[in-house]
Amino acid sequence: MSEPWTPRLPATRKMPVSRRDFLKVGVAAGGGLFLGFAIPSARGAKLGVAHDPAFSPNAFIRIARTGAVTLIMPQVEMGQGVYTSIAVILAEELDVRLATVTLEAAPPNDALYGNPALGFQVTGGSTSIRAFWMPLRRAGAGARAMLIAAAANDWKVDPAACGTAAGEVVHAASGRRLSYGSLVDRAARLKPPANPTLKTPKEFRMIGTVVPRLDTPDKVTGKALFGIDALPPGVKFATLMASPVLGGKVIRVDDAAARAIPGVRQIVVLDDLVAVVADHTWAAKQGLDALNIVWEDGPNAHVTTEEILEQLKAASERSGAVAKSVGDVAKELGGAERVEARYHVPFLAHAPMEPMNCTVHVRADGCEIWVGNQVITRAQATAAEITGLPKDKVIVHNHLLGGGFGRRLEVDGIAKSVRIAQKVDGPVKVIWTREEDIQKALYRPFYFDRFEASLAGGKITAWKHRIAGSSVLARWAPPAFVNGIDSDAVEVAVDLQYEVPNLHVEYVRQEPSGIQTCFWRGVGPTHNIFVTESFVDELAHKAGKDPVRFRRDQLGKAPRLLACLDLVASKAGWGQVLPKRAGRGVAVQYAFGSYLATVAEVEVDEHGEVYVRRCVCAVDCGIVVNPDTVVAQLEGGIIFGLTAALHSEITLAKGRVQQSNFNNYRMMRINEAPKIEVHLIPSVEAPGGIGEPGTAAAAPALANALFAATGVRLRKLPVDRHALAAGTAA
Amino acid sequence: MIDLRINGELKHVDAPANMPLLWVLRDLLGLTGTKFGCGIAQCGACTVHLDGNAVRSCVLPVGSIGNRAVTTIEGVGATPSGATVQKAWLVAEVVQCGYCQPGQIMSASALLRTNPHPTDADIDAAMAGNICRCGTYVRIRAAIKTAAQIATAHAKDTEGAVDV
Repeated sequence: MSEPWTPRLPATRKMPVSRRDFLKVGVAAGGGLFLGFAIPSARGAKLGVAHDPAFSPNAFIRIARTGAVTLIMPQVEMGQGVYTSIAVILAEELDVRLATVTLEAAPPNDALYGNPALGFQVTGGSTSIRAFWMPLRRAGAGARAMLIAAAANDWKVDPAACGTAAGEVVHAASGRRLSYGSLVDRAARLKPPANPTLKTPKEFRMIGTVVPRLDTPDKVTGKALFGIDALPPGVKFATLMASPVLGGKVIRVDDAAARAIPGVRQIVVLDDLVAVVADHTWAAKQGLDALNIVWEDGPNAHVTTEEILEQLKAASERSGAVAKSVGDVAKELGGAERVEARYHVPFLAHAPMEPMNCTVHVRADGCEIWVGNQVITRAQATAAEITGLPKDKVIVHNHLLGGGFGRRLEVDGIAKSVRIAQKVDGPVKVIWTREEDIQKALYRPFYFDRFEASLAGGKITAWKHRIAGSSVLARWAPPAFVNGIDSDAVEVAVDLQYEVPNLHVEYVRQEPSGIQTCFWRGVGPTHNIFVTESFVDELAHKAGKDPVRFRRDQLGKAPRLLACLDLVASKAGWGQVLPKRAGRGVAVQYAFGSYLATVAEVEVDEHGEVYVRRCVCAVDCGIVVNPDTVVAQLEGGIIFGLTAALHSEITLAKGRVQQSNFNNYRMMRINEAPKIEVHLIPSVEAPGGIGEPGTAAAAPALANALFAATGVRLRKLPVDRHALAAGTAA
Repeated sequence: MIDLRINGELKHVDAPANMPLLWVLRDLLGLTGTKFGCGIAQCGACTVHLDGNAVRSCVLPVGSIGNRAVTTIEGVGATPSGATVQKAWLVAEVVQCGYCQPGQIMSASALLRTNPHPTDADIDAAMAGNICRCGTYVRIRAAIKTAAQIATAHAKDTEGAVDV
């Protein structure tokens, strides 16, 4: 029988902020919050919180006889605030104070913790709250109903006459109360109700309020443990060099100089990579630098970005699989006022601040892994496949993620680390240098888009859009790639919110040589919202209409989006005069179940340098669990999207990625960051996703603002400063 | 052996003199709050204090430190500016993934130690070396201003106070 995965938990701890300081600065942040935060730790069992799960009504809730409540987190925390949001939803329906709960990361188990939106245990696609909203509420309400039934049995009263209050069942008529802890044994003998009664939104006490995040106190003191912080006893440290060209092989390695470096213990040579194992990461790095590795580059030795662009351009001239077709586009496009445009967007690296890493201990009878990953069951299955061990012998300690952004939806790094660890006696922590992290990765697809549209009376009458690019879905979730359509690659494009009577969207799958592609924050919509909202702006210009007015006039069937657009236009001061070479741009979107309108305000100097002064958002993302998290995700998402639009591009020459570190794969810094204002529109609709919309909004709002400032239409990313300086179309 | 004063404690480490302090902290001493981000002093995730000044530990040879006091994120809460910045970070709810935040907090607390009322330009100058991939810059700026307010309020509270 396999041992259940038991993360080791630090003791319950008080949030290190005094109530006085909160009040002093005028922020109602609920000081004095107690919480236990379950961080999977490699530092020994003594940190563990003893819980005896007397009552486990479902996979998400455990209540001990002491009354201690443990909430199990099916989704990973990578900055999006999901641990807090999930805890709030469960605690709301269970009716316990958040201050009394302990959070624990779920073990790998698709059956118990599979994401209802995606079918297995995965955190991504801005789905956490959308997918788990109802299951978590039912889990909390079901557990509460069982505790009420247990108390009512005891009191011989009608359960309907009982209520709950912060961890106690209460019979108001008699004034009797029983704590949850005292009821767990009796409740555990009851059958969970099939359809527990949920709170009405009016009864919510926590959902919709600003709750301080549960994960942050440890993150400001350095106590929080990310995968890279794992230090199992006896761990050695390794760093690796994979083939600089995808598909390349090691021919031979001269390791004499590396072996002479103090602290270097072992050189691991596999067919496609070399790793140096040492007493510390510095010796491993020195050792790696001292190796002389001769590579056979293989068939991708001459791949260049220019060649990939030409292939995609050619692909975009072929007919593709029809993703959507309404009306008669061909007939309508034969008319007078016709606009054509081609767009393309580059490969992008994720570059999470925590570089790729994975700590692995392979033994004859089992394998233990310490990592932060968005697909923990895939991590487990990958290690099982490589080692030949049964899955239940692969223990995965999932950690906090120092950024995910889609990079940790992949298990390539875990696979490499397990292969290295198979050659090492004892646990080994494999750390990617930043250069290795950026150069030997999977990347956001390069897309090439072709548009044709016609206008009449200031409105779009026909719209034809062909998207050419690689398919992430076909590799990552093959069954989801149906009839030649990658539903992610065409998302948003097939669901334009404008009233367009004739619409035709095609997809051409074109896989590039020498580079692998994967999801990147904002996935399909990050590309499609940029191209469609830029092209809509072109059409507005052609029609001689104000960009907001042009959109307004065609959003009659999207009232929630129209409300966002009206609000953002008002808050951003749309129409107010700006200085020369300054401009505002707007973008609207419906993606991830959320409606968002964004206005960017920019200035451009004579050298084409861009200064983003301000971004204003209006969002309707349905019922909000934690409004401050929604604001934070939009702020951060916009910065992430602006970074890419202004600075980011992965290019290939001789099959090698040319960017390597933050000196040449540039990130936006605080001095470049605009003011960001977020306006939430209250809603009672189902929750929408919020981790990615901001990222998708940034580039089109920026590009449209740059057009307003300079008259230069940017049809490729990143922003071309030379084109802006010269005043010519890019 | 190299002697180091870290967070007020004397530590003896067996490390080559050219080994960056970052790896001494993380791999030899188990002080994993200081983070590796780039290895070339471009991102600031590894920021620590040497005698109260912010330095990038990923490029600081351990043999060059001598008797200067090393403060890391694990110990900065014991300094007035560090404690204030940590409080302000929670008030402003700055943190997302949190990986860069030890470095951000070390840079911000070093700034406030010498400049209790930084302007936006001062903040930009002191913090531009710290990358946050989650994009928490708007809140970092707000939190540094909040920290300055907390420190000012604290100074007023204790002004003229008499120990009895």
